[in-house]
Amino acid sequence: MRKRHLGSYAAVIVFAVPFLLPFYLLVRNALMSKRELGSLDWHWWPETISFQGFADAFGNEAVPLAHALWNSTLISAISAPLSTLLASMAGYALARIPVAASKPAFFFIIATMMVPGAATFIPTFVVVGSLGGVNTMWGLIVPGLFSAFAVLLFRGFYLRFPRELEDAGRVDGLGYLGLYGRLALPNSGALFASLGILSFIEHWNAFLWPLVIGQDPEFWTVQVALSTNLNQQAVNMPALFAGALVAILPLVALFLIAQRWIVRGVLLTGIKG
Amino acid sequence: MTTAAPPRPATGRPRRAAGRRAARWPAWRAFLLLTLPMVAGLFLFKYVAIGWGFLLSFNDARGTIALGDWNGLENYRRLLGDPAFTRSLVTILLFTLFIVPVTFALSLGLAVLVNRLRGGRAFFRTTFFIPAAVSYVVGALVWKMSLFSGTPSGVANSLAYLLGYEESIGWVATVDPPLYWIVLVTVRLWLQTGFYMILFLAGIQQIPAQLYEAARVDGAESEGRLFRHITWPMLRNTSVAVVLLLIINAFQAFDEFYNILASNLSGLGGADGRTPLIYLFQTALGEQNYGAGSAGAFVVTVLIVVFTLLQGRFAGFGRTAEEEG
Repeated sequence: MRKRHLGSYAAVIVFAVPFLLPFYLLVRNALMSKRELGSLDWHWWPETISFQGFADAFGNEAVPLAHALWNSTLISAISAPLSTLLASMAGYALARIPVAASKPAFFFIIATMMVPGAATFIPTFVVVGSLGGVNTMWGLIVPGLFSAFAVLLFRGFYLRFPRELEDAGRVDGLGYLGLYGRLALPNSGALFASLGILSFIEHWNAFLWPLVIGQDPEFWTVQVALSTNLNQQAVNMPALFAGALVAILPLVALFLIAQRWIVRGVLLTGIKG
Repeated sequence: MTTAAPPRPATGRPRRAAGRRAARWPAWRAFLLLTLPMVAGLFLFKYVAIGWGFLLSFNDARGTIALGDWNGLENYRRLLGDPAFTRSLVTILLFTLFIVPVTFALSLGLAVLVNRLRGGRAFFRTTFFIPAAVSYVVGALVWKMSLFSGTPSGVANSLAYLLGYEESIGWVATVDPPLYWIVLVTVRLWLQTGFYMILFLAGIQQIPAQLYEAARVDGAESEGRLFRHITWPMLRNTSVAVVLLLIINAFQAFDEFYNILASNLSGLGGADGRTPLIYLFQTALGEQNYGAGSAGAFVVTVLIVVFTLLQGRFAGFGRTAEEEG
């Protein structure tokens, strides 16, 4: 019995090393000097810790990293709560308001899940472009606000919402909007938090759409800025890794703090992996 | 006289109907207020977009996104006749056929392994899951510039040196043999395995412990038999969902191919290593050919839908075989 457990630990450690290695490389490379990182020999750790990479990453005028970080923060901070709220509104209405349009509206929303997201970036670009959304903040944000899958999850959640609570609210004179705003929404905090966090991650890490729609450096997100640096001719390596480290820190922190909610949300959804 | 007319049952009905109508208008109003933003958004950015794209795919739309220059199936004919596009389809097909089973096996194996641990389960779960917080761009950067960089101090080259290879290998730039595939496949494994491990882990933890106890009573002692007879069949729904998600995500590969190969695309024997989405990105945004780009978007969409339906069919066959057997 004990032997078998030792075997499990040996195996799990063997797998854990390659999973942690890239994080170690990110930190190590960000803290090395250009000369040391460019040298031909392997170094486990920088001889002298250098923060020049961070200074270079933020000092590069061709790739405004600070501004890109600000854009990403803005986009994610607006998109995550707003898209989750929109999904919860629609989910509640579909689950709890008995009107004839309920079923057709449900199918109208769910049918969009059949179409794979990334394959629609050209049609969506055509529509957003014709509305003047290229190189605008709304062009970056608005098309990503509508998630049929989140509607599906919220609808399922509200279908199981206790009727007695609603009846009590109705006695107190609440209409459907009141029931949603005062009772249903405040009581869906757990689902709201987990889907909101997942949405934040998704928007923070998005690459294709920001690349397509925010072509002007003023509208670059942090992922587009990193990619631009990566594909430059002469790459300042410590700066590249310093920028990447800065870009993943908020999300890694979010992951470690809110892991319970994230796991819950992942189980509910199945967004980009 | 008219006022004294006895109330007839019929008069009650319109009044009730009026009352119901009065009660239903707030319901309608609330329904519209709550669903309209979502419905309008999906209408504009999905339905209108897809409809427009579909029409545009039959137009000669170069440098314009306006309809009006009808050219029938010309975009599709040119697209399917372009070896770069068909090669990108082969690329993504091979990539999918490889990455789906490997990720599946690795994430399932890690889930079983982590679940067996007595202590430190949370630590190892986090270890495997945390790469899911990292974007594909950052993953590509670490892989291209550090792990598999062509310099002697790259991790892969340092390891190769320890194993006796004196020359440093240009992983990303080597097409024959296709070493760049190792770079592309491992970065995706690192980024996505933990996510699917979480799905399997949750599935495993939902299996009632009594099933295992009953099996042990029946003499099934070995871990392998317990896995084959209980864990695996009980994970059926999770497995189907995982394969589905893996296929959809594999077909939409863009970020890591773009960032690992972009500046090397010309060096890779033309279009080698381009995925359909990269091809379409270059067609639509590079050449401003929105007609061909739209046509390609539909070809890719149809491919994904067909593949996912096929997967559903196979999973369905599996079930009937299981029930019959």
